[in-house]
Amino acid sequence: MRRNVADRSAVRRGVLGRTALGRTALGRAVRAGALVATVALGAGCSLVGGSGGSDAGGERKVVLVTHNSFSPPKELLEDFQKRTGVKLEVRASGDGGALTNQLVLTKSNPIGDVAFGVDSTFASRALDEGVFQPYRAAEGDRGPQRYAPQGGQDRLTAVDVGDVCLNVDTGWFQQRGVAEPKTLDDLTQPQYKDLLVAEDPATSSPGLAFLLATVAKYGENGYADYWTRLRGNGLKVTSGWEEAYNQDFSAGTGGKGQRPIVVSYASSPAFTIGDDGKPRTKALLDTCYRQVEYAGVLANAKNVDDARKVVDFLVSPEFQAKVAESMYVYPAREGVTLPEAWQRAAPLPERSAELPADQVKAGRERWVEQWRKTVRG
Amino acid sequence: MAQDGARLSRPGAGRVRPAGRARLAGLALAGAAALPLGFLAVFFAWPVAAIVGIGLRSTERGPSVLALLTSAETWSLVGFTLGQAVAATALALLAGMPVAFLMARCAVPLRGLVRLLVTLPFVLPTVVVGMAFRTLFAGSDDGSVLAIVLANGFFNVAVVARTVGGLWAHTDRRAEDAARALGASRWRAFTSVVLPSLTPAITSAAAVVFLFCSTSFGVVLVLGAARYRTLETEIYLRTVQLLDLRGAAALSLLQLAAVVAALALGARARRRRETALRLRRAAETVRRPQGGEWGVVALAAGVVALLMVPIVGLVVRSLSTVDGWSLVGYRALLGSGQNDTLGGVSGLAAAVNSLRTAFDATLLAMALGVLASVALSRLPRRSPRFAHAMDVALMLPLGVSAVTVGFGYLVTMDALPGDFRTSPLLVPFAQALVATPLVVRTVLPVLRAVDDRLRQAAATLGAGPFRVWREVDLPMVGRAVLAAAGFAYVVALGEFGATSFLARPDAPTLPVAVGRLISRPGELNNQMAYAACALLMALTAAVVLLVERARVAEVGEF
Repeated sequence: MRRNVADRSAVRRGVLGRTALGRTALGRAVRAGALVATVALGAGCSLVGGSGGSDAGGERKVVLVTHNSFSPPKELLEDFQKRTGVKLEVRASGDGGALTNQLVLTKSNPIGDVAFGVDSTFASRALDEGVFQPYRAAEGDRGPQRYAPQGGQDRLTAVDVGDVCLNVDTGWFQQRGVAEPKTLDDLTQPQYKDLLVAEDPATSSPGLAFLLATVAKYGENGYADYWTRLRGNGLKVTSGWEEAYNQDFSAGTGGKGQRPIVVSYASSPAFTIGDDGKPRTKALLDTCYRQVEYAGVLANAKNVDDARKVVDFLVSPEFQAKVAESMYVYPAREGVTLPEAWQRAAPLPERSAELPADQVKAGRERWVEQWRKTVRG
Repeated sequence: MAQDGARLSRPGAGRVRPAGRARLAGLALAGAAALPLGFLAVFFAWPVAAIVGIGLRSTERGPSVLALLTSAETWSLVGFTLGQAVAATALALLAGMPVAFLMARCAVPLRGLVRLLVTLPFVLPTVVVGMAFRTLFAGSDDGSVLAIVLANGFFNVAVVARTVGGLWAHTDRRAEDAARALGASRWRAFTSVVLPSLTPAITSAAAVVFLFCSTSFGVVLVLGAARYRTLETEIYLRTVQLLDLRGAAALSLLQLAAVVAALALGARARRRRETALRLRRAAETVRRPQGGEWGVVALAAGVVALLMVPIVGLVVRSLSTVDGWSLVGYRALLGSGQNDTLGGVSGLAAAVNSLRTAFDATLLAMALGVLASVALSRLPRRSPRFAHAMDVALMLPLGVSAVTVGFGYLVTMDALPGDFRTSPLLVPFAQALVATPLVVRTVLPVLRAVDDRLRQAAATLGAGPFRVWREVDLPMVGRAVLAAAGFAYVVALGEFGATSFLARPDAPTLPVAVGRLISRPGELNNQMAYAACALLMALTAAVVLLVERARVAEVGEF
């Protein structure tokens, strides 16, 4: 591909193993190994020299730090480079929580210039630690700022909204002539016994959002009782979304699960549309919790000017039009058309619960601990 | 004679060679020890110490380190972590020994296939294996200790079979036959002749498996279902989700202490047993099983069959969709997933990334591991304490949480030239950290079993230290070195914890891609994830075959 052959052979000569072993002894075994090595190298197996060359050259570059759910179409990133003349390099690792904590740890010498993906659960922490510097996106008032965190309006710009809601398998309820549940209270009713699967709030992001939804609804004093009742009604708990949705949910991707109610995202039903054009699942819009993802310029960024351009780019109509399909979330900007499947199966919830960021920060650990005692004790 | 022996056992000391040679040998030995230790210091000890230090100095609110270390909850975590690791290690040993016997000693058809099959579990992403075991234990909704132990055992049978099998294939059969001729039962001959000579390899394997199991993450998370937690999952939770670095630091120290204690115990047991063995060609030690040995072969076959249950399940899953059998998952590997989940990287490109990264990691791990093994095999006579400490230190990366190392890189690697935190080289470096201990544990037992008198004879005949190494040691350990290379490659191929943290988004490895695909909605993503697992196993099989080939064709065994 765009590998530099000369580079590679230079590296090949310098590779530790070959020279060190070569000098001490080159027995038949090592020769055999060397043969394999040469064959493998010849086939382009080494990483060294593969992509290293692409950083070279005097082109301007801005680095976006994000989580590993960020996967916009490549053309869009190239488009940014065409318009601004700046190469956008993406560095991603871990989930939203890992991202926030990495940013906090590296705030004095950040690994990039701009960050995307700190969500409303973690925003308070990032703001308190001084991870971001002030910047308001040029088009922030076209919608994004209505989701901005309290006290962080000057530093964080909302890019997308990804609500967590209960999803139900509509076919399951139809077949059995049971009415679908509508509210959180319904789940404690006997007709919904043994039907719900939810994720552990300690290890799963939708699990945490759902716990927050119950705190928002029942208050700090009442949510534990609610979970006691859920437990009594045959709640099943998994560590991650993968097991809950793919394995336990009756309309999930595996299709073999036993439970028709699952904690997932408002957007999930858009991915269950069958050949007949009808979704097999539905999100219960009265059970949702709002999760917002933000972007901001990092406090000690080396390239502040271009970092600002990236924030602007993330709320631009072009980028916003793609967030639904590529990241499974809703655009924060107003007036962006959702994909057709989403309009039919996964409209944006309008009455999602929310808790102020600082209340989440103060209570989160305690609530999760209480949850563990209540559900797992 | 005795005097001679004592003198000769110090290479170079009693030879007719000039004193400069001896000093050179000493220097070479120091160099051989310094390189792996230096790498370990920079890419493991420093980052881990830095992140633990930040944690201990942190002034955040929350329980103090002391409060955490003395709480009953922490100790029940320690208990569960060690308990499940011990159980899984015992299981892997029990299941791995018959397989090792089959691989090393029995001239039966399909032996090569067995060697291939037992390696496959090793590369599978833990999330996927966790989910596979979850369906097997569908009845237990609440998380299952049995499932955790079985899954951890499943991953590690290969370690036992390969490490023990490697030595077993070369231990002289005649002592055992003599015991039998003198009237010992098969069992008696096994326990008093075979087992003692295999002990170094068995304890080596046990140490590695124990470390893998005590830091097992994905399996415990998925199968523990929020009920069962280990130090590893708790460190992850505190570091990544709560940013409670103090709590994480306290638990990391505890993890480190537990691991060092376990390793020291294992090393002690091993040392008492390590002796020179009469190593033979593998071809000389293999024969058709007789009588009761068939029972062991059947047992091994049973173990392999059980290992295949989750694997066959995965392959079946990769081929079956809601609309029946289909290859859509495999066709999807050419693309980057439903809605471009992998961000423009195709499944095949991820596979190529995997191969290239693992290749670099293997080169590095082999260089470090072989050097370390040579140093460890010679050092005990010069400075036994140092050798023991080095032995334990080399194993530590297996016993420390990948998250701790990963976050440690964030706070240290910017001090290296070119801001090493974001270098694509960090991925093979981290993989090499995990693979090096396995290289050492494969090569060292064989190296130590080389009879020192052969070296002395060569030296007496005028060979310099390097010549001795080349003519005596290398031919004997050649096979082990190649086996180690194959194993290191497989380990690097399957490494998930550190890789998922360090891999760039535009260059995921196959296991990382599987992790991403499986955490997104969409039938095709799921299908593709399972197909990617099948591809990963196919690649592994190809690598193992290639190494076997090279072995037969190129290496003249002793």
